[in-house]
Amino acid sequence: MIRPHDSVIVHTLARVFTPIIQLFALYVLIHGHDSPGGGFQAGTLFAASVILPILAFGIQDSQVVLERRAIIFGAIGILLYAGIGLLPLILGGEFLNYGKLPIPGMEASARRHWGILGIEIGVTMAVAATAVSIFYSLSERGEGE
Amino acid sequence: MTLFDDYLLLILAVVMALGAVYVRDLFSGVLTLAAYSFFLAVLWAGLGAVDVAFTEAVVGAGLSTVFFLVALFHTSHQEKVRKPVPVRITALASLGILGFLLLFGSVDLPVVGDPESLPNKHVSANYIRNSLEDTDTPNMVTAVLADYRGFDTLGETAVIFTAGVACWMLLRRRDDSAS
Repeated sequence: MIRPHDSVIVHTLARVFTPIIQLFALYVLIHGHDSPGGGFQAGTLFAASVILPILAFGIQDSQVVLERRAIIFGAIGILLYAGIGLLPLILGGEFLNYGKLPIPGMEASARRHWGILGIEIGVTMAVAATAVSIFYSLSERGEGE
Repeated sequence: MTLFDDYLLLILAVVMALGAVYVRDLFSGVLTLAAYSFFLAVLWAGLGAVDVAFTEAVVGAGLSTVFFLVALFHTSHQEKVRKPVPVRITALASLGILGFLLLFGSVDLPVVGDPESLPNKHVSANYIRNSLEDTDTPNMVTAVLADYRGFDTLGETAVIFTAGVACWMLLRRRDDSAS
């Protein structure tokens, strides 16, 4: 278990930085088409925004539930990725051929654009959930054993 | 970035890596490793591989440092001093030969950014020419990663998730299943 940190400086900084990190993660995810970044980086940043408050304020009881959920969240991410890959396969294209995604009124290139965003969201969920889950697994062991 | 800066960063990275191995206090070791990752990230950025630099900074310098620190909460900060293990001549010799072979092989590597090198002549030109038209995505790295090589990325994501599941199964609390 991680105890809360004593310092007011750490508390204040964690409070200020958590939303900024989350906003930056969202930017990295959505702006991955135009600038460096994408699913992996955004997922890690989201995980950092969960881990930072825990390091500063300690693990609350409510967050132990979150640990169980984290791994499910990651599985949903992978399923989202594979699901977006499977849709074109059903509709007569190849696996992961986003050009065949059923989005009406769009060029194939625009469909690919949105397909990429979709799978990046899946990657983000999987990476963030995995990082948070490993962090919880490492931090809860101890004292009692 | 000049060649001099690259070498300076490379030397700093190597010094940090050696420091992480030799330092006794494990907290310092973890932070030295983070510094090593940071220099490597700057080096990647200087070589133009900005996406790789971003990942190295976020995962290498950020996340793995946190994991190491949390793991250190459960153990002591000091490395145990053990009797020095006698160096085996065969091991040393084979390491030397391996190092020589790697250096020997690196002589044949193309110069960074050489347009005539084999990887740059094969599929890269195709991606550079068509990725914006094909995928409506200005960042070529994203286009290659998520579209042209989407199957690989699916595999990578699955590998990361599997690692998470393995950690969870190995480290979870046993009391709820045992009692």
